[in-house]
Amino acid sequence: MADLVITASKPVPHDVTAWDRLKVNRNWLAFWFMLPAAAFLIFFLAYPLGLGVWLSFTDARIGRSGAFVGLENYEWLWDDSVFWLSVFNTLLYTIVASIIKFGVGLYLALLLNENLPFKAILRAVVLIPFIVPTVLSAIAFWWIYDAQFSIVSWSLRHLGLISSNIDFLGDAWNARWSVIFVNIWRGVPFVAITLLAGLQTVPPSLYEAATIDGASRWQMFCYITYPLLTPIIAVVMTFSVLFTFTDFQLIWVLTRGGPVNATQLMATLSYQRAILSGHLGEGAAISTAMVPFLLGAILISWFGLQRRKWQQGESDD
Amino acid sequence: MTIVTRRTLVKGSTAVAAVGALTGPALLEWAKAWAQSAPWTPEQGAQLSLLRWKYFVQSEDDAFVQIMDAFTKATGVKVTISHESYEDVQPKASVAANTGAGQDLFWGLYSLPHLFPDKCLDVTDVAEYLGKKYGGWVPSAVTYGMSGKKWIDIPVCYSGNMLNYRIDASNKAGFPKFPDKTDAFLEYAKAMKKNNTPGGFALGHASGDANAWVHWCLWAHGGNVVDKDDKVIINSPETELALNYGKQLYENMIPGTASWNDASNNKAFLAGDIYWTGNGISIYVAAKKDPTKTDIAKDMDHAVWPIGPVGKPTELHLMYPILAMNYTKYPQACKSLMAFIMESDQFNKWLEASQGYLTQTLNAYDNNPVWTADPKATIFGLAGKRTLTAGGLGSVGEKAASAISDFVVVDMFANYCTGREDAKGAIKIAERQLQRIYR
Repeated sequence: MADLVITASKPVPHDVTAWDRLKVNRNWLAFWFMLPAAAFLIFFLAYPLGLGVWLSFTDARIGRSGAFVGLENYEWLWDDSVFWLSVFNTLLYTIVASIIKFGVGLYLALLLNENLPFKAILRAVVLIPFIVPTVLSAIAFWWIYDAQFSIVSWSLRHLGLISSNIDFLGDAWNARWSVIFVNIWRGVPFVAITLLAGLQTVPPSLYEAATIDGASRWQMFCYITYPLLTPIIAVVMTFSVLFTFTDFQLIWVLTRGGPVNATQLMATLSYQRAILSGHLGEGAAISTAMVPFLLGAILISWFGLQRRKWQQGESDD
Repeated sequence: MTIVTRRTLVKGSTAVAAVGALTGPALLEWAKAWAQSAPWTPEQGAQLSLLRWKYFVQSEDDAFVQIMDAFTKATGVKVTISHESYEDVQPKASVAANTGAGQDLFWGLYSLPHLFPDKCLDVTDVAEYLGKKYGGWVPSAVTYGMSGKKWIDIPVCYSGNMLNYRIDASNKAGFPKFPDKTDAFLEYAKAMKKNNTPGGFALGHASGDANAWVHWCLWAHGGNVVDKDDKVIINSPETELALNYGKQLYENMIPGTASWNDASNNKAFLAGDIYWTGNGISIYVAAKKDPTKTDIAKDMDHAVWPIGPVGKPTELHLMYPILAMNYTKYPQACKSLMAFIMESDQFNKWLEASQGYLTQTLNAYDNNPVWTADPKATIFGLAGKRTLTAGGLGSVGEKAASAISDFVVVDMFANYCTGREDAKGAIKIAERQLQRIYR
């Protein structure tokens, strides 16, 4: 009986085709599941990026596809003082704003992580600059920085601290610091709230153990909070640097790159050359020139801050 | 009710100088009659979309909307109007030209159509029809309208950018008559500053106001961006002369003008912070309208730009050309609309509604009462005849449009006036940019 059953259950032998194998192949199935996402990425991210890079090698103008000109656009930019000024401005803007945003954001996150009265309201208030549309806040600052109507100048004049209005946006360095301040004001909530989320994942038992061991607050921050926070710092700072480096709206509303290109960022210069002046190829070359900087920023964030071995208690090699 | 037939329309069009104060039903009747006789019959089921610059004078926009309504009722063509700040019409139009999708008509600034002449509908027939009927175009309008041998836009109107000044403060500074020469104007600026009644010109990226005064200054001293063959000639002693003059003027302006955009001087003038500036008539119109500013309206007047060493007017007034994209499905409807708005019976009314903000480009409209009703508006009627074009001595093509859009001359002045570069350095930077644009 048993033999009979075994015999009966034997499959009919036949050749297993490649199609049969494919049908049960989990990787093949996964490929199809991933295809919509891949198509989305290719059409909406890779294709525009590729097109932008291609345009940078052409003399395309608005309304005309242009011809391949090799590196001419880049050669031109290499000798263009306005371009290099925009690179300097962008780096200054990004580095200064990102460092301060990180410092202030971390401080605020630590503060909001404490048991403060009205904690929920305070957290909501901190988010306000991030919630307000960028253009709106930029317009508000445009008035705050106005050469004639600035509330800051008005207040300081009435307090007798200054005799004439501060030329916030008319002087090169004043303008640079002014736009950096607005960027910080707007960007701090993002850093603070994200780091706060990270802080809340740190197990309280670690702090309890450290307290028993007699660790000071500073030691607890250095040896518990900060190491455990580094993965989220890496993510937050990557995004923060990317957002700052590619900022456009704030500058465009406040200064349009002025005075005399003192606040011209690579993004605004690219727009001015490509769309306003019609030199698509040159504008695309400026945009493409941003890519190495952005890649560098991402690599530093990920490889510099995500030192996994160290986080797991191993030596930091 | 005014009955307008095709016959009366044809007869009426000969009396082109007469102002047609058609409103409401009369305008509609006229429009219907016009639609019957117009050389362009809109396509069946045509619908048009139009992007225009955001108005500065409300009554001008009201009149424009009324004209569009009349056009729709007469021809059945629905017109959707959208507005953008006048600096933003160009990027939108540029993207539309590039992608082949967007509004059918764009009403923008300066030589916008020359950024993409191949993408503009050929409207030579409309321009010739209007020119013939209304005493011809002013020469600068022909330059703005034509690319090669064809018209690529209809140069609808200018917006005069003149000197706005406070009468009382000027009198106190010892200038009962506004200076008409550049040297005297510099003395005026100094005297006004000394009296704590300074003025100022925008030196930021202000498409209208900044370009107007720096080009005036450059041309007044004999400097030029390019010669008649579009060869870059900015690097000249005359340009240096212009820069030096500009810097002296800048030093006697109110601080902060390097950050000014097109709205900044309006705000400052209306707030009583500045006493002279270069602007359209919009400051005066706003002051007249606002009961709290009537004292400013009474105490202000306008003047043409002072003449420099070259000995002739060197003004740059804002041109507002309207273009139709050649991707439009309804080219006849576009042409019909362009012709319709320029016809005397509504253009005259529109001119009046704009209170001097718009200036005609067709000679027949010189007699519009708007230029005589208020003497303070009179000089704005001269804008079309006094202005030079965006390319200066050169062509007004896409290269000139690029140079204006890229603020090459504005930045050259700003570089020198703010002390960032010496005169030679500022000129060299501008020369390099221009050589790239005009290669």
